[in-house]
Amino acid sequence: MSYNAARPNLLAAPAVLWLVAFMIVPCALILLFAFFERGVFGGIDYNLNLDNFRRVADPLYAGIFLRSARIALTAAGLAILIAYPAAYAITRALPTRQPILLFFAVLPFWSNYLIRTYAWIVLLNREGLVNNLLRGLGYHGEPLSMLYTEGAVITGLVYNYLPFVILAIYSTLSKLNPELIEASRDLGAGPVRTFLRVTLPLSLSGVAAGGVFVFILSIGNFVTPALLGGGRFQMVGNLVYDQFLSANDWPFGAALGMVLITLMIVLLMLQAHMTARASGETRGASADA
Amino acid sequence: MFNSRTNRPRVASAMQAAALVFGLAGSASAADLTISNWDGYMAKDIADQFKAATGLTIDVVNHATNEEIMGKLMASKGAGYDIVFVSSPFAEILNKQGLLEPLDHKAIPNLANLYPEAVKLAYDPGNAFSVPYTWGTTGLCYRTDLVKTPVDSWMNLLKPDESLRGKVTMLATDRWLMAAGLLAKGYSVNETDPAKIDEAKKLLIEAKKSLLAYDDTTFYSKLVSGEASLVHAWDGWCNYGITDNKNITFTVPKEGSDLWVDTIVVLKSSEHKADAMKFINFILDPKNHAWAAQNILYKVPNKPAMESLDPALIKQYPTMGTPPAELSKYELLRDIGPAIKDYSRAVSEIKAAN
Repeated sequence: MSYNAARPNLLAAPAVLWLVAFMIVPCALILLFAFFERGVFGGIDYNLNLDNFRRVADPLYAGIFLRSARIALTAAGLAILIAYPAAYAITRALPTRQPILLFFAVLPFWSNYLIRTYAWIVLLNREGLVNNLLRGLGYHGEPLSMLYTEGAVITGLVYNYLPFVILAIYSTLSKLNPELIEASRDLGAGPVRTFLRVTLPLSLSGVAAGGVFVFILSIGNFVTPALLGGGRFQMVGNLVYDQFLSANDWPFGAALGMVLITLMIVLLMLQAHMTARASGETRGASADA
Repeated sequence: MFNSRTNRPRVASAMQAAALVFGLAGSASAADLTISNWDGYMAKDIADQFKAATGLTIDVVNHATNEEIMGKLMASKGAGYDIVFVSSPFAEILNKQGLLEPLDHKAIPNLANLYPEAVKLAYDPGNAFSVPYTWGTTGLCYRTDLVKTPVDSWMNLLKPDESLRGKVTMLATDRWLMAAGLLAKGYSVNETDPAKIDEAKKLLIEAKKSLLAYDDTTFYSKLVSGEASLVHAWDGWCNYGITDNKNITFTVPKEGSDLWVDTIVVLKSSEHKADAMKFINFILDPKNHAWAAQNILYKVPNKPAMESLDPALIKQYPTMGTPPAELSKYELLRDIGPAIKDYSRAVSEIKAAN
């Protein structure tokens, strides 16, 4: 280490101030709100109690947490399944072509999230492109109802977050020491065995990072379920949004938000722990090699 | 009521919510008047017109729903705004909370343009604290070429015929979603009995199964595209659908409807009350008030403004011709006091239900 890690670094001050003012303080306020009661017409009545947290545990709302987790998990799983082969293919391409391929992978980010999500409405609705295409191909039944379903929400989430996962997996795969693969082949392992025993385990930290990323962005998302779920498929994000902006029940919204933030922090810590362990193993494996 | 046909995405309001949470509510505007209205609910060049007429500058900000602006006004006790547009029950609440300035009738001679029915509205007889801007009913808007069964009841929406399952949408804003359930059960749109609210809630949870979507902003375009065949709609918004498809029609179910009134109110905390009265007088000018009828296709309670409309407009959009006497037969939406908590909780539970 070339600098003294124990000495406070003043260069970090703007970032720290920013975080305290716009992250820590608002979060603390939200946490505080959660222990009070809603005013009749919005605002807050300052009567200290735990009712909001009790209400979060109500099967109705707890069910929404579970549903959101299931949707987010499915989206993360699908995104990994699609992103892994893509990232693998990019690392196997000529080094000069890799930046171009990566450029195409992140190209969707050039357009606005809302527009990208809205595009799926155009594709999936009953009179949309997909149904018209099917009709053109000779399908004459009732148009398929694809929009405003859980499937549409998952599709939207996977589509929007896929580039993150490709990048995360690519970054670990591209750093993989090719000598390890050569060694495995020299020692008689076939391509499948080499992949399963060497490449895959060593790229798991990228898979975990991408997966956790999609999960966290998905579980709190409210735009995609609002647009592609038609308001019929609520996720936690929609519930929080509604409590603040239409039900005017800030304390309950705050309690929901706090539970969600807590879940995310626990997950991020788990992921950091796993990544640390995995990179420890990688170092061990590299040393062995 | 509500966002306009050029509706602004909900993200914008999420950002406003963030601003609120961060304690930045209220605007520090340099203009003479700060006015909050639904997006598209006034002429886009209203500020220029008003400046030309009075020399005063205005700053127009938008709210997406009544609930959103109520949350802000309650939090800031009205600070930051001079004039807001809200639906009548919310004007009533604001007045009971002591946040509204009594209107200075001497400064608003154009009040004389209002229909007699618009001066007698039960929430504010004599227009002491609010001026009606638009009014209308809520009912069923549908495609006559796609709906083969007769449409005359709220149950056509809540328990639709097999052929309409998955092809109906409902409004999701608290008062109007609940009104559909309450009216279908034969109750008042201002019901406060928790047991009856609960009955309506159960009916609405059942109804969710046959729904395509909850939609407050684009339901008419779903009708035009054919995604939906029958939608829960405000009369004026059904007109947007009629513009694009002649087979669309609007009906008030036999169980009745609500009479909603969107109003203009002046806040007590305003430091520009005299200018605010001038603005209200300006809006009540028949030429300016007719803009709302011609462009947002809502009825306005201004007699000379309505009489100035092109008869072809009323022929194309029959709801525009509903006479005030007929309109005032429907039940006026009123402030329901603390029961609003039961309503918003019921709506949260309906939306959360599977």
